[in-house]
Amino acid sequence: MQNKFLLSKDRCKLSRKRILDISQQVKAIHAAGAFSSIEIVDAIYYFLMKKKKNKFFDTFLMSKGHGCMAQYVALEKLKILKKKDLDQYCTKNGILGCHPDYGNPGIEASTGSLGHGMGLAVGISHSDVILNNKKKLFVLLSDGEFQEGSTWENMMMAANLNLKNLTCFIDHNGSQSFGITKYTHPNFYPLVEKIKSFGWECKSVNGHNVSSIINAYKTKKTNKPLMIVCNTIKGKGVSFMENKPIWHYRSPNKEEYKIAIKEILKK
Amino acid sequence: MRNKFAEVIYRESTKNSKICVVVADISPAGSMNLFRSKYPKRFINTGVAEQSMIGIAAGMALRGLKPFCYTIATFSLYRPFEMIRVDLCYQNLPVTVVGMGTGTVYSTLGGTHLTQEDISIARSVPNMNIIAPCDPVELEDALKYCCRQSKGPIYLRIGKAGEPTFVNKRSEKWKFGKIRKIVSGKDICILTFGPIMEKAFKLREKLKKDGNSVEINSCHTLKPFDYVTLKKKFNKYKKIITIEDHSEIGGLASIVKEAAYNNTYKGKIFSFSLKDKFIHCYGDQNDLLNKHGVNVNKFYRKVL
Repeated sequence: MQNKFLLSKDRCKLSRKRILDISQQVKAIHAAGAFSSIEIVDAIYYFLMKKKKNKFFDTFLMSKGHGCMAQYVALEKLKILKKKDLDQYCTKNGILGCHPDYGNPGIEASTGSLGHGMGLAVGISHSDVILNNKKKLFVLLSDGEFQEGSTWENMMMAANLNLKNLTCFIDHNGSQSFGITKYTHPNFYPLVEKIKSFGWECKSVNGHNVSSIINAYKTKKTNKPLMIVCNTIKGKGVSFMENKPIWHYRSPNKEEYKIAIKEILKK
Repeated sequence: MRNKFAEVIYRESTKNSKICVVVADISPAGSMNLFRSKYPKRFINTGVAEQSMIGIAAGMALRGLKPFCYTIATFSLYRPFEMIRVDLCYQNLPVTVVGMGTGTVYSTLGGTHLTQEDISIARSVPNMNIIAPCDPVELEDALKYCCRQSKGPIYLRIGKAGEPTFVNKRSEKWKFGKIRKIVSGKDICILTFGPIMEKAFKLREKLKKDGNSVEINSCHTLKPFDYVTLKKKFNKYKKIITIEDHSEIGGLASIVKEAAYNNTYKGKIFSFSLKDKFIHCYGDQNDLLNKHGVNVNKFYRKVL
């Protein structure tokens, strides 16, 4: 098992490097938001989602559309997306844009507008109950999406419908376009208690520790839908990007790129 | 129409296990209760949460189910509009969004409950289809189509209760995307949709007394619109009348006038639509329609 986590660490390192490489070919990219999601996405694809006949049987929805680079690089490694697809990211002949589009390989829904993923996730999970197909659904939301009323509407419905097959991860990096959430919206907190009061089982973990994420999933105690609050750092891995709102949508210049790569490969 | 909706959905669902109903806190009348008790998992009430209604339906369609979202039109289209645009239209999912009590039907409830610009809004979103049946018989055909199609999202615009039936033995057959002749006539052509067809029949009677023979058509599919048949009407008639329980912006009048320009139509078009105004009138539907100038005597004077 230990070996599996070492492999995961390597993958996450290379994912960040790949994103930085791509950032040198396009003007702007949501790199920092992707960096906070890397370990969560790795945990979902490599440890939690069941496969059947070499294909994913369970479903993963990237509700946090602007974090899609984390998903794209994972899908590339899984050979679901081609190298060419990522090389052509945000170019006129490419299929991949700044937000995931339904219909592209490995992409289960179009996201990018915040607050849509939870509704889709509830609809899919409930359908899986109706169809009795034993599939599980994993959805990754940004913490900003918990400022959208639609997310809470659907959380209430997920619990009403007893969707025990639904697991949600919050990329809780606490940082949004306008600043640090605990200062801009202090009453966003307490978060875990709010979620529990909506009928969910909820745990809080270090979102950059894959084994903690998996452990939180495996130690689920109830038949309620499960929410794992993954505490993360926006821009994780690159010192000058970490928790700096300016890096929400920006590509590093050549100098910055060199430093960033050095820092990432060192860790 | 709402009873007919419940009745047809129930009947279709016994044959098609993919049909699901997602409502937002609307009291399930008649057969809807039957659907709910027979298929409890396929019936979801999201409560007063319309964004949730659309999002959940989109998720169900992603899994291959055939959901129908149902509530009062203002809340089924306007409130969750961005969910309709992104979840349903952008992903092109076969979900039917039923808007009940459309146009001026809820006159006494005031402006918060009126849908006078719904077609205009729905028409402008790519992939969206719009059907607005004129009576319960036409609704049945439209609903059967909605249950069987898997092309994309549909906004199904219906009335409320007690609508008369206009479709008769001599009416053309209903077909998605086709203008449907309800009664024939050779001098004047009326194009309309929805239960306001009642005004068309009254106008027809009045014009008949003057020796005019008037055809009435149900333009039940507002999108995609049947421009081929419309062109034939332009070629055949010198006078065309549009009647709609909808704003003068972006509805049937706009469609017909744009097409008239494209076809260099030389005849005259008389359009009767709702004004681009919020009118505070809490009388019955006809009182409100009168304030909008939608009045048969007025039509008659203008057309003559």
